[in-house]
Amino acid sequence: MNAVELHNVYQQYGSMAVLDNISLSLAEGEVLGLFGHNGAGKTTTVRLILGLLQATTGEVRVLGGTPGESDIRRQIGFLPENVTFYPQLTGRETLLHFARLKGAAVQQVDDLLEQVGLTAASSKRVKTYSKGMRQRLGLAQALLGRPRLLLLDEPTVGLDPIATQELYQVIGRLRDEGTSIVICSHVLPGVEPYIDRAAVLALGRLEAVGTLHELRSQAQLPVRIRAAGLTVAQLSAPEVQAIRPLHGVWHELLVAPMDKLATVQRILQLQPQDLEVQPPSLEDLYCYYMEQAGALGVAGVQQ
Amino acid sequence: MNQIWNIARKEFSDGLRNRWMLAISVVFALLAVGIAWFGAAASGQIGFTSIPATIASLASLATFLMPLIALLLAYDAIVGEDEGGTLMLLLTYPISRGQILLGKFVGHGMILGLATLIGFGCAAVAIAVLVPEIELAMLVWAFTRFIVSSTLLGLVFLALAYVLSSRAAEKSSAAGLALGLWFLFVLVFDLALLAVLVISEGTFSPEALPWLLLLNPADIYRLINLAGFESSSSTVGVMALAGDLPVSSAVLWGCLVAWVVASLALAHWMFARRTA
Repeated sequence: MNAVELHNVYQQYGSMAVLDNISLSLAEGEVLGLFGHNGAGKTTTVRLILGLLQATTGEVRVLGGTPGESDIRRQIGFLPENVTFYPQLTGRETLLHFARLKGAAVQQVDDLLEQVGLTAASSKRVKTYSKGMRQRLGLAQALLGRPRLLLLDEPTVGLDPIATQELYQVIGRLRDEGTSIVICSHVLPGVEPYIDRAAVLALGRLEAVGTLHELRSQAQLPVRIRAAGLTVAQLSAPEVQAIRPLHGVWHELLVAPMDKLATVQRILQLQPQDLEVQPPSLEDLYCYYMEQAGALGVAGVQQ
Repeated sequence: MNQIWNIARKEFSDGLRNRWMLAISVVFALLAVGIAWFGAAASGQIGFTSIPATIASLASLATFLMPLIALLLAYDAIVGEDEGGTLMLLLTYPISRGQILLGKFVGHGMILGLATLIGFGCAAVAIAVLVPEIELAMLVWAFTRFIVSSTLLGLVFLALAYVLSSRAAEKSSAAGLALGLWFLFVLVFDLALLAVLVISEGTFSPEALPWLLLLNPADIYRLINLAGFESSSSTVGVMALAGDLPVSSAVLWGCLVAWVVASLALAHWMFARRTA
Protein backbone atom coordinates (compact mmCIF):
# COMPACT_ATOMS: atom_id res chain seq x y z
CA MET A 1 0.00 0.00 0.00
CA ASN A 2 1.31 3.46 -0.86
CA ALA A 3 1.47 6.05 1.90
CA VAL A 4 0.11 8.76 -0.38
CA GLU A 5 -1.69 8.48 -3.69
CA LEU A 6 -2.95 11.36 -5.80
CA HIS A 7 -4.96 10.43 -8.89
CA ASN A 8 -5.65 13.13 -11.50
CA VAL A 9 -6.08 15.76 -8.84
CA TYR A 10 -7.39 19.10 -10.00
CA GLN A 11 -7.64 21.94 -7.51
CA GLN A 12 -9.24 25.29 -8.09
CA TYR A 13 -9.24 28.52 -6.04
CA GLY A 14 -11.94 30.69 -7.53
CA SER A 15 -11.41 30.43 -11.28
CA MET A 16 -7.68 29.76 -10.99
CA ALA A 17 -6.34 26.23 -11.34
CA VAL A 18 -3.75 25.74 -8.60
CA LEU A 19 -3.16 22.07 -9.30
CA ASP A 20 -3.72 20.70 -12.76
CA ASN A 21 -4.11 16.96 -13.16
CA ILE A 22 -1.56 15.81 -10.60
CA SER A 23 -0.89 12.11 -10.17
CA LEU A 24 1.73 11.23 -7.63
CA SER A 25 2.46 8.44 -5.21
CA LEU A 26 4.71 7.90 -2.24
CA ALA A 27 5.71 4.38 -1.18
CA GLU A 28 6.21 3.35 2.42
CA GLY A 29 9.64 4.23 3.72
CA GLU A 30 10.29 6.55 0.81
CA VAL A 31 11.54 10.15 0.97
CA LEU A 32 10.05 12.38 -1.69
CA GLY A 33 11.31 15.88 -2.37
CA LEU A 34 8.58 18.23 -3.56
CA PHE A 35 10.04 21.20 -5.40
CA GLY A 36 8.69 24.18 -7.27
CA HIS A 37 8.63 27.96 -7.45
CA ASN A 38 6.55 29.99 -5.00
CA GLY A 39 2.92 29.35 -5.81
CA ALA A 40 3.66 26.22 -7.84
CA GLY A 41 1.24 24.22 -5.70
CA LYS A 42 3.52 22.58 -3.12
CA THR A 43 1.63 23.88 -0.12
CA THR A 44 -1.71 23.08 -1.76
CA THR A 45 -0.53 19.51 -2.33
CA VAL A 46 0.47 19.23 1.32
CA ARG A 47 -2.90 20.62 2.41
CA LEU A 48 -4.71 18.08 0.27
CA ILE A 49 -2.75 15.28 1.91
CA LEU A 50 -3.55 16.71 5.35
CA GLY A 51 -7.24 16.94 4.50
CA LEU A 52 -7.33 20.70 5.07
CA LEU A 53 -8.57 21.02 1.48
CA GLN A 54 -10.86 18.92 -0.67
CA ALA A 55 -9.69 18.26 -4.20
CA THR A 56 -12.01 19.90 -6.73
CA THR A 57 -11.80 16.71 -8.79
CA GLY A 58 -9.63 13.63 -8.55
CA GLU A 59 -8.84 11.31 -5.68
CA VAL A 60 -6.46 11.60 -2.74
CA ARG A 61 -5.70 8.54 -0.60
CA VAL A 62 -3.50 8.73 2.48
CA LEU A 63 -2.32 5.66 4.42
CA GLY A 64 -5.15 3.69 2.87
CA GLY A 65 -7.86 6.10 3.99
CA THR A 66 -9.41 9.45 3.22
CA PRO A 67 -7.34 12.45 4.30
CA GLY A 68 -8.79 14.31 7.26
CA GLU A 69 -10.12 11.25 9.10
CA SER A 70 -9.10 11.28 12.75
CA ASP A 71 -7.45 7.86 12.50
CA ILE A 72 -5.39 8.99 9.53
CA ARG A 73 -4.43 12.31 11.09
CA ARG A 74 -3.14 10.56 14.19
CA GLN A 75 -0.56 8.82 11.98
CA ILE A 76 0.65 11.97 10.20
CA GLY A 77 3.28 14.39 11.43
CA PHE A 78 3.33 17.86 9.92
CA LEU A 79 5.85 20.65 10.21
CA PRO A 80 4.34 23.78 8.62
CA GLU A 81 6.43 26.46 6.98
CA ASN A 82 7.39 29.13 9.54
CA VAL A 83 5.86 27.16 12.39
CA THR A 84 4.55 29.19 15.33
CA PHE A 85 3.30 28.17 18.75
CA TYR A 86 1.56 29.72 21.74
CA PRO A 87 4.10 32.30 22.97
CA GLN A 88 3.00 32.08 26.59
CA LEU A 89 3.60 28.33 26.94
CA THR A 90 7.00 26.80 27.60
CA GLY A 91 8.50 24.40 25.07
CA ARG A 92 7.61 21.46 27.25
CA GLU A 93 4.04 22.62 27.85
CA THR A 94 3.63 23.12 24.11
CA LEU A 95 4.70 19.58 23.33
CA LEU A 96 2.55 18.19 26.17
CA HIS A 97 -0.50 20.00 24.80
CA PHE A 98 0.01 18.68 21.30
CA ALA A 99 0.89 15.19 22.59
CA ARG A 100 -2.45 15.03 24.39
CA LEU A 101 -4.28 16.22 21.30
CA LYS A 102 -2.57 13.58 19.21
CA GLY A 103 -3.04 10.82 21.77
CA ALA A 104 0.72 10.34 21.96
CA ALA A 105 2.48 8.94 25.01
CA VAL A 106 3.38 11.78 27.36
CA GLN A 107 6.76 10.14 28.09
CA GLN A 108 7.68 10.77 24.46
CA VAL A 109 7.79 14.53 25.13
CA ASP A 110 11.07 14.46 27.08
CA ASP A 111 12.68 12.08 24.58
CA LEU A 112 11.79 14.40 21.72
CA LEU A 113 13.02 17.51 23.53
CA GLU A 114 16.31 15.68 24.07
CA GLN A 115 16.42 14.58 20.45
CA VAL A 116 16.04 18.11 19.06
CA GLY A 117 18.39 19.60 21.63
CA LEU A 118 15.82 21.65 23.55
CA THR A 119 16.05 19.96 26.95
CA ALA A 120 17.87 22.93 28.49
CA ALA A 121 15.33 25.42 27.09
CA SER A 122 12.26 23.27 27.72
CA SER A 123 11.04 25.33 30.68
CA LYS A 124 11.50 28.68 28.94
CA ARG A 125 8.55 30.32 27.22
CA VAL A 126 8.33 29.88 23.47
CA LYS A 127 8.27 33.66 22.95
CA THR A 128 11.92 33.75 24.05
CA TYR A 129 12.91 31.12 21.45
CA SER A 130 14.98 31.93 18.39
CA LYS A 131 13.67 30.96 14.96
CA GLY A 132 15.91 27.91 14.93
CA MET A 133 14.62 26.80 18.32
CA ARG A 134 11.02 27.22 17.18
CA GLN A 135 11.84 25.15 14.15
CA ARG A 136 13.29 22.38 16.33
CA LEU A 137 10.22 22.48 18.53
CA GLY A 138 8.15 22.24 15.36
CA LEU A 139 10.05 19.14 14.32
CA ALA A 140 9.58 17.57 17.75
CA GLN A 141 5.87 18.35 17.43
CA ALA A 142 5.75 16.63 14.05
CA LEU A 143 7.36 13.49 15.50
CA LEU A 144 4.78 13.10 18.29
CA GLY A 145 3.00 9.78 18.21
CA ARG A 146 5.56 8.15 15.86
CA PRO A 147 3.88 9.10 12.58
CA ARG A 148 3.90 6.78 9.58
CA LEU A 149 3.83 9.76 7.24
CA LEU A 150 5.83 12.92 7.80
CA LEU A 151 5.22 16.16 5.89
CA LEU A 152 7.96 18.74 6.27
CA ASP A 153 7.50 22.18 4.70
CA GLU A 154 10.83 24.04 4.55
CA PRO A 155 12.20 22.16 7.56
CA THR A 156 15.69 23.70 7.51
CA VAL A 157 14.71 27.37 7.47
CA GLY A 158 16.44 29.11 10.38
CA LEU A 159 18.53 26.09 11.34
CA ASP A 160 22.30 26.41 11.60
CA PRO A 161 24.43 23.96 9.56
CA ILE A 162 24.90 21.55 12.48
CA ALA A 163 21.18 21.50 13.29
CA THR A 164 20.46 21.02 9.59
CA GLN A 165 22.73 17.97 9.49
CA GLU A 166 21.04 16.62 12.61
CA LEU A 167 17.65 17.10 10.99
CA TYR A 168 18.71 15.13 7.95
CA GLN A 169 20.10 12.40 10.20
CA VAL A 170 16.73 12.19 11.93
CA ILE A 171 15.05 11.98 8.54
CA GLY A 172 17.42 9.20 7.46
CA ARG A 173 16.77 7.23 10.64
CA LEU A 174 12.98 7.60 10.32
CA ARG A 175 13.13 6.44 6.72
CA ASP A 176 15.07 3.35 7.80
CA GLU A 177 12.29 2.66 10.31
CA GLY A 178 9.77 2.73 7.45
CA THR A 179 8.37 6.26 7.78
CA SER A 180 7.29 7.86 4.51
CA ILE A 181 8.47 11.45 4.23
CA VAL A 182 7.61 14.40 2.00
CA ILE A 183 10.01 17.35 2.10
CA CYS A 184 9.23 20.68 0.46
CA SER A 185 12.33 22.82 0.25
CA HIS A 186 14.09 25.52 -1.70
CA VAL A 187 17.48 24.48 -0.31
CA LEU A 188 18.09 21.98 -3.09
CA PRO A 189 21.77 21.14 -2.48
CA GLY A 190 20.91 20.42 1.16
CA VAL A 191 18.19 17.86 0.52
CA GLU A 192 19.73 16.28 -2.57
CA PRO A 193 21.58 13.46 -0.78
CA TYR A 194 18.58 12.52 1.37
CA ILE A 195 15.73 12.12 -1.07
CA ASP A 196 14.80 8.94 -2.91
CA ARG A 197 12.69 10.69 -5.51
CA ALA A 198 12.05 14.24 -6.60
CA ALA A 199 8.83 15.76 -7.90
CA VAL A 200 9.02 19.11 -9.67
CA LEU A 201 5.91 21.29 -9.77
CA ALA A 202 5.62 24.33 -12.00
CA LEU A 203 2.53 26.45 -12.53
CA GLY A 204 0.37 23.78 -10.92
CA ARG A 205 1.54 20.97 -13.18
CA LEU A 206 3.79 18.08 -12.32
CA GLU A 207 6.75 18.65 -14.65
CA ALA A 208 8.84 15.68 -13.60
CA VAL A 209 8.94 12.93 -11.02
CA GLY A 210 11.51 10.21 -10.47
CA THR A 211 14.84 9.34 -8.89
CA LEU A 212 17.68 11.77 -9.57
CA HIS A 213 19.12 9.15 -11.92
CA GLU A 214 15.89 8.95 -13.87
CA LEU A 215 15.56 12.71 -14.06
CA ARG A 216 19.12 13.06 -15.27
CA SER A 217 18.71 10.57 -18.08
CA GLN A 218 15.40 12.20 -18.99
CA ALA A 219 16.80 15.73 -19.04
CA GLN A 220 20.09 14.83 -20.74
CA LEU A 221 21.84 17.80 -19.15
CA PRO A 222 25.58 18.01 -19.82
CA VAL A 223 28.05 16.62 -17.30
CA ARG A 224 30.70 19.00 -15.93
CA ILE A 225 34.26 17.74 -16.12
CA ARG A 226 36.96 19.85 -14.51
CA ALA A 227 40.60 19.30 -15.34
CA ALA A 228 43.70 20.98 -13.93
CA GLY A 229 47.00 21.65 -15.69
CA LEU A 230 45.85 21.22 -19.29
CA THR A 231 45.43 23.81 -22.04
CA VAL A 232 42.24 24.59 -23.95
CA ALA A 233 43.83 23.17 -27.08
CA GLN A 234 44.56 19.87 -25.33
CA LEU A 235 41.05 19.64 -23.90
CA SER A 236 39.17 20.53 -27.09
CA ALA A 237 37.39 17.74 -28.92
CA PRO A 238 34.33 17.51 -31.19
CA GLU A 239 32.09 16.06 -28.45
CA VAL A 240 32.94 18.83 -25.95
CA GLN A 241 30.04 21.28 -25.87
CA ALA A 242 31.83 24.12 -24.12
CA ILE A 243 35.09 24.92 -22.33
CA ARG A 244 35.56 27.75 -19.88
CA PRO A 245 38.55 28.65 -17.74
CA LEU A 246 38.11 28.52 -13.96
CA HIS A 247 40.45 29.94 -11.35
CA GLY A 248 44.12 28.95 -11.56
CA VAL A 249 44.99 25.99 -13.75
CA TRP A 250 41.44 24.66 -13.89
CA HIS A 251 39.14 24.40 -16.91
CA GLU A 252 35.55 23.20 -17.07
CA LEU A 253 34.16 21.14 -19.93
CA LEU A 254 30.53 20.37 -20.67
CA VAL A 255 29.82 17.04 -22.37
CA ALA A 256 26.69 15.00 -23.00
CA PRO A 257 26.19 12.18 -20.42
CA MET A 258 26.83 9.54 -23.11
CA ASP A 259 30.26 11.07 -23.90
CA LYS A 260 31.29 11.30 -20.26
CA LEU A 261 33.38 8.12 -19.91
CA ALA A 262 35.16 8.53 -23.26
CA THR A 263 36.09 12.12 -22.43
CA VAL A 264 37.40 11.20 -18.98
CA GLN A 265 39.54 8.45 -20.50
CA ARG A 266 40.90 10.83 -23.12
CA ILE A 267 41.78 13.49 -20.52
CA LEU A 268 43.44 10.94 -18.21
CA GLN A 269 45.77 9.98 -21.06
CA LEU A 270 46.85 13.65 -21.19
CA GLN A 271 47.99 13.25 -17.56
CA PRO A 272 46.20 16.15 -15.86
CA GLN A 273 47.23 17.34 -12.38
CA ASP A 274 43.71 16.71 -11.14
CA LEU A 275 40.24 15.78 -12.41
CA GLU A 276 36.66 16.24 -11.11
CA VAL A 277 33.43 14.91 -12.61
CA GLN A 278 30.10 16.48 -11.58
CA PRO A 279 26.80 15.05 -12.78
CA PRO A 280 23.99 17.63 -13.12
CA SER A 281 22.86 18.60 -9.63
CA LEU A 282 19.29 18.69 -8.38
CA GLU A 283 19.51 22.45 -8.79
CA ASP A 284 20.51 22.09 -12.47
CA LEU A 285 17.63 19.69 -13.03
CA TYR A 286 15.23 22.01 -11.23
CA CYS A 287 16.25 24.97 -13.39
CA TYR A 288 15.97 22.83 -16.50
CA TYR A 289 12.40 21.77 -15.70
CA MET A 290 11.40 25.30 -14.69
CA GLU A 291 12.64 26.52 -18.06
CA GLN A 292 10.78 23.71 -19.83
CA ALA A 293 7.59 24.76 -18.08
CA GLY A 294 8.12 28.40 -18.97
CA ALA A 295 8.05 29.17 -15.27
CA LEU A 296 11.28 31.12 -15.01
CA GLY A 297 10.75 34.38 -13.21
CA VAL A 298 7.34 33.29 -11.93
CA ALA A 299 6.77 34.50 -8.41
CA GLY A 300 3.42 33.21 -7.31
CA VAL A 301 1.56 34.54 -4.33
CA GLN A 302 1.60 32.26 -1.32
CA GLN A 303 -1.87 30.88 -0.68
CA MET B 1 -14.93 14.33 24.78
CA ASN B 2 -11.29 13.95 25.75
CA GLN B 3 -10.23 16.36 23.03
CA ILE B 4 -12.69 18.98 24.27
CA TRP B 5 -11.15 18.70 27.72
CA ASN B 6 -7.62 18.96 26.28
CA ILE B 7 -8.47 22.30 24.67
CA ALA B 8 -10.44 23.46 27.72
CA ARG B 9 -7.61 22.82 30.17
CA LYS B 10 -5.22 24.86 28.04
CA GLU B 11 -7.65 27.79 27.88
CA PHE B 12 -8.27 27.54 31.59
CA SER B 13 -4.58 27.48 32.50
CA ASP B 14 -4.02 30.40 30.11
CA GLY B 15 -6.68 32.27 32.08
CA LEU B 16 -4.91 31.51 35.34
CA ARG B 17 -1.49 32.34 33.90
CA ASN B 18 -2.34 35.73 32.47
CA ARG B 19 -4.30 36.55 35.65
CA TRP B 20 -7.58 37.11 33.84
CA MET B 21 -9.36 35.02 36.41
CA LEU B 22 -7.78 36.81 39.34
CA ALA B 23 -8.58 40.22 37.82
CA ILE B 24 -12.22 39.35 37.15
CA SER B 25 -12.70 37.88 40.63
CA VAL B 26 -11.21 40.92 42.34
CA VAL B 27 -13.24 43.37 40.26
CA PHE B 28 -16.46 41.49 40.99
CA ALA B 29 -15.70 41.21 44.71
CA LEU B 30 -14.83 44.89 45.09
CA LEU B 31 -17.85 46.07 43.12
CA ALA B 32 -20.21 43.74 44.95
CA VAL B 33 -19.01 44.79 48.38
CA GLY B 34 -18.99 48.43 47.33
CA ILE B 35 -22.51 48.27 46.02
CA ALA B 36 -23.80 46.37 49.03
CA TRP B 37 -22.55 49.04 51.42
CA PHE B 38 -22.63 52.23 49.41
CA GLY B 39 -25.34 51.46 46.87
CA ALA B 40 -27.85 53.49 48.82
CA ALA B 41 -25.53 56.46 49.27
CA ALA B 42 -27.51 58.45 46.72
CA SER B 43 -30.54 58.37 49.01
CA GLY B 44 -28.48 59.55 51.95
CA GLN B 45 -27.88 56.19 53.57
CA ILE B 46 -24.66 54.35 54.12
CA GLY B 47 -24.57 50.67 54.93
CA PHE B 48 -26.36 47.57 53.81
CA THR B 49 -30.03 48.25 52.98
CA SER B 50 -31.78 45.11 51.76
CA ILE B 51 -31.12 42.00 49.71
CA PRO B 52 -33.52 42.94 46.85
CA ALA B 53 -32.00 46.40 46.52
CA THR B 54 -28.47 45.00 46.55
CA ILE B 55 -29.24 42.33 43.97
CA ALA B 56 -31.00 44.90 41.78
CA SER B 57 -27.98 47.21 41.86
CA LEU B 58 -25.56 44.34 41.28
CA ALA B 59 -27.64 43.06 38.36
CA SER B 60 -27.73 46.40 36.60
CA LEU B 61 -23.97 46.63 36.98
CA ALA B 62 -23.36 43.05 35.83
CA THR B 63 -25.53 43.71 32.78
CA PHE B 64 -22.81 46.06 31.60
CA LEU B 65 -19.75 44.26 32.90
CA MET B 66 -20.45 40.61 32.25
CA PRO B 67 -20.92 40.90 28.46
CA LEU B 68 -17.88 43.15 28.20
CA ILE B 69 -15.65 40.74 30.11
CA ALA B 70 -16.91 37.72 28.18
CA LEU B 71 -16.33 39.47 24.85
CA LEU B 72 -12.84 40.57 25.90
CA LEU B 73 -12.00 37.05 27.03
CA ALA B 74 -13.08 35.34 23.82
CA TYR B 75 -13.07 37.74 20.89
CA ASP B 76 -9.71 36.43 19.59
CA ALA B 77 -10.43 32.75 20.28
CA ILE B 78 -10.46 31.74 16.62
CA VAL B 79 -9.03 34.68 14.70
CA GLY B 80 -6.18 35.01 17.21
CA GLU B 81 -5.13 31.39 16.68
CA ASP B 82 -5.40 31.93 12.95
CA GLU B 83 -3.18 35.01 13.04
CA GLY B 84 -0.77 33.27 15.39
CA GLY B 85 -0.49 30.37 12.96
CA THR B 86 -1.58 27.72 15.46
CA LEU B 87 -5.06 27.20 14.01
CA MET B 88 -3.74 25.54 10.87
CA LEU B 89 -1.55 23.24 12.93
CA LEU B 90 -4.45 22.44 15.26
CA LEU B 91 -6.66 21.53 12.30
CA THR B 92 -4.14 18.92 11.13
CA TYR B 93 -4.54 17.15 14.47
CA PRO B 94 -7.19 14.50 15.11
CA ILE B 95 -9.66 17.06 16.45
CA SER B 96 -12.77 18.47 14.85
CA ARG B 97 -13.70 22.13 14.62
CA GLY B 98 -16.66 21.47 16.89
CA GLN B 99 -14.34 20.02 19.52
CA ILE B 100 -12.00 23.03 19.29
CA LEU B 101 -14.93 25.42 19.70
CA LEU B 102 -16.55 23.49 22.56
CA GLY B 103 -13.17 23.10 24.28
CA LYS B 104 -12.62 26.84 24.20
CA PHE B 105 -16.18 27.40 25.41
CA VAL B 106 -15.72 25.04 28.36
CA GLY B 107 -12.34 26.57 29.25
CA HIS B 108 -13.48 30.18 29.01
CA GLY B 109 -16.75 29.28 30.71
CA MET B 110 -14.85 27.79 33.63
CA ILE B 111 -12.78 30.97 34.01
CA LEU B 112 -15.86 33.17 33.87
CA GLY B 113 -18.00 30.94 36.09
CA LEU B 114 -15.34 30.49 38.76
CA ALA B 115 -14.42 34.19 38.79
CA THR B 116 -18.11 35.08 39.18
CA LEU B 117 -18.53 32.53 41.95
CA ILE B 118 -15.43 33.70 43.81
CA GLY B 119 -16.04 37.42 43.31
CA PHE B 120 -19.71 37.60 44.16
CA GLY B 121 -19.44 34.69 46.59
CA CYS B 122 -16.96 36.69 48.67
CA ALA B 123 -19.43 39.58 48.75
CA ALA B 124 -22.21 37.24 49.88
CA VAL B 125 -20.02 35.87 52.64
CA ALA B 126 -19.09 39.39 53.72
CA ILE B 127 -22.75 40.33 53.95
CA ALA B 128 -23.61 37.17 55.88
CA VAL B 129 -20.84 37.80 58.38
CA LEU B 130 -21.06 41.57 58.78
CA VAL B 131 -24.78 42.32 58.56
CA PRO B 132 -26.63 41.36 61.74
CA GLU B 133 -29.98 39.57 61.54
CA ILE B 134 -29.71 38.85 57.82
CA GLU B 135 -32.07 36.24 56.42
CA LEU B 136 -29.49 33.65 55.47
CA ALA B 137 -31.79 31.49 53.36
CA MET B 138 -32.92 34.50 51.34
CA LEU B 139 -29.32 35.68 50.91
CA VAL B 140 -28.11 32.30 49.67
CA TRP B 141 -31.08 31.90 47.33
CA ALA B 142 -30.75 35.40 45.88
CA PHE B 143 -26.99 35.21 45.38
CA THR B 144 -27.13 31.71 43.93
CA ARG B 145 -29.67 32.87 41.38
CA PHE B 146 -27.64 35.97 40.69
CA ILE B 147 -24.34 34.10 40.25
CA VAL B 148 -25.81 31.36 38.04
CA SER B 149 -27.71 33.83 35.84
CA SER B 150 -24.65 36.10 35.58
CA THR B 151 -22.55 33.15 34.45
CA LEU B 152 -25.21 32.21 31.91
CA LEU B 153 -25.21 35.76 30.58
CA GLY B 154 -21.44 35.54 30.30
CA LEU B 155 -21.74 32.25 28.41
CA VAL B 156 -24.11 33.85 25.90
CA PHE B 157 -21.56 36.54 25.15
CA LEU B 158 -18.69 34.05 25.02
CA ALA B 159 -20.60 32.19 22.31
CA LEU B 160 -21.39 35.46 20.52
CA ALA B 161 -17.68 36.34 20.68
CA TYR B 162 -16.89 33.05 18.92
CA VAL B 163 -19.33 33.99 16.17
CA LEU B 164 -17.43 37.25 15.59
CA SER B 165 -14.08 35.55 15.99
CA SER B 166 -14.94 32.91 13.39
CA ARG B 167 -16.17 35.57 11.00
CA ALA B 168 -13.44 38.22 11.34
CA ALA B 169 -10.38 38.14 9.11
CA GLU B 170 -8.25 40.07 11.58
CA LYS B 171 -8.00 40.29 15.33
CA SER B 172 -8.50 44.06 15.31
CA SER B 173 -11.75 43.81 13.37
CA ALA B 174 -12.95 41.12 15.79
CA ALA B 175 -12.26 43.54 18.65
CA GLY B 176 -14.21 46.26 16.87
CA LEU B 177 -17.13 43.95 16.19
CA ALA B 178 -17.11 42.83 19.83
CA LEU B 179 -17.33 46.40 21.03
CA GLY B 180 -20.16 47.06 18.59
CA LEU B 181 -22.03 44.00 19.77
CA TRP B 182 -21.68 45.07 23.39
CA PHE B 183 -22.96 48.53 22.55
CA LEU B 184 -25.90 47.05 20.65
CA PHE B 185 -27.15 44.71 23.35
CA VAL B 186 -26.32 46.77 26.42
CA LEU B 187 -27.25 50.29 25.28
CA VAL B 188 -28.76 50.62 21.83
CA PHE B 189 -31.34 47.84 22.10
CA ASP B 190 -33.20 49.34 25.06
CA LEU B 191 -33.07 52.85 23.65
CA ALA B 192 -34.41 51.60 20.33
CA LEU B 193 -37.20 49.77 22.11
CA LEU B 194 -38.17 52.90 24.05
CA ALA B 195 -38.02 54.92 20.85
CA VAL B 196 -40.37 52.50 19.12
CA LEU B 197 -42.70 52.78 22.08
CA VAL B 198 -42.68 56.57 22.05
CA ILE B 199 -42.80 57.17 18.31
CA SER B 200 -45.52 54.62 17.60
CA GLU B 201 -47.76 56.33 20.20
CA GLY B 202 -49.54 53.13 21.01
CA THR B 203 -50.13 52.02 17.42
CA PHE B 204 -47.51 49.35 17.96
CA SER B 205 -49.24 46.46 19.62
CA PRO B 206 -48.55 46.92 23.35
CA GLU B 207 -48.91 43.18 23.93
CA ALA B 208 -46.09 42.40 21.52
CA LEU B 209 -43.58 44.86 22.88
CA PRO B 210 -42.59 43.05 26.08
CA TRP B 211 -41.84 39.93 24.05
CA LEU B 212 -39.18 41.88 22.21
CA LEU B 213 -37.20 41.95 25.45
CA LEU B 214 -36.51 38.25 24.91
CA LEU B 215 -34.47 39.21 21.85
CA ASN B 216 -31.85 40.69 24.12
CA PRO B 217 -30.02 38.32 26.49
CA ALA B 218 -29.03 41.24 28.71
CA ASP B 219 -32.69 42.13 29.20
CA ILE B 220 -33.62 38.52 29.93
CA TYR B 221 -30.91 38.52 32.56
CA ARG B 222 -32.24 41.65 34.17
CA LEU B 223 -35.78 40.28 34.12
CA ILE B 224 -34.61 37.14 35.91
CA ASN B 225 -32.92 39.10 38.66
CA LEU B 226 -35.47 41.90 39.09
CA ALA B 227 -38.64 39.87 38.79
CA GLY B 228 -37.63 37.62 41.65
CA PHE B 229 -38.72 40.14 44.22
CA GLU B 230 -42.37 41.15 44.56
CA SER B 231 -41.62 44.64 45.79
CA SER B 232 -39.13 45.70 43.15
CA SER B 233 -39.44 49.41 43.16
CA SER B 234 -36.35 49.92 41.05
CA THR B 235 -37.83 48.76 37.77
CA VAL B 236 -37.22 51.64 35.43
CA GLY B 237 -36.98 52.11 31.70
CA VAL B 238 -37.85 49.14 29.54
CA MET B 239 -37.89 46.91 32.60
CA ALA B 240 -41.25 48.41 33.43
CA LEU B 241 -42.57 46.61 30.37
CA ALA B 242 -41.75 43.33 31.98
CA GLY B 243 -44.74 43.62 34.24
CA ASP B 244 -46.85 42.89 31.16
CA LEU B 245 -44.87 39.81 30.27
CA PRO B 246 -46.97 36.81 31.22
CA VAL B 247 -44.14 34.31 31.48
CA SER B 248 -42.73 32.43 34.42
CA SER B 249 -39.09 32.73 35.40
CA ALA B 250 -38.53 29.19 34.11
CA VAL B 251 -39.28 30.47 30.63
CA LEU B 252 -36.79 33.31 31.11
CA TRP B 253 -34.10 30.86 32.21
CA GLY B 254 -34.97 28.70 29.21
CA CYS B 255 -34.60 31.69 26.91
CA LEU B 256 -31.15 32.49 28.28
CA VAL B 257 -30.04 28.88 27.79
CA ALA B 258 -31.52 28.96 24.29
CA TRP B 259 -29.41 32.03 23.57
CA VAL B 260 -26.28 30.12 24.60
CA VAL B 261 -27.14 27.11 22.43
CA ALA B 262 -28.18 29.16 19.40
CA SER B 263 -25.09 31.39 19.55
CA LEU B 264 -22.81 28.36 19.84
CA ALA B 265 -24.52 26.71 16.88
CA LEU B 266 -24.09 29.88 14.84
CA ALA B 267 -20.43 30.09 15.87
CA HIS B 268 -19.88 26.48 14.80
CA TRP B 269 -21.49 27.16 11.45
CA MET B 270 -19.30 30.22 10.94
CA PHE B 271 -16.17 28.36 12.03
CA ALA B 272 -16.92 25.46 9.69
CA ARG B 273 -17.12 27.89 6.78
CA ARG B 274 -13.81 29.53 7.62
CA THR B 275 -10.95 28.41 5.35
CA ALA B 276 -7.94 27.12 7.20
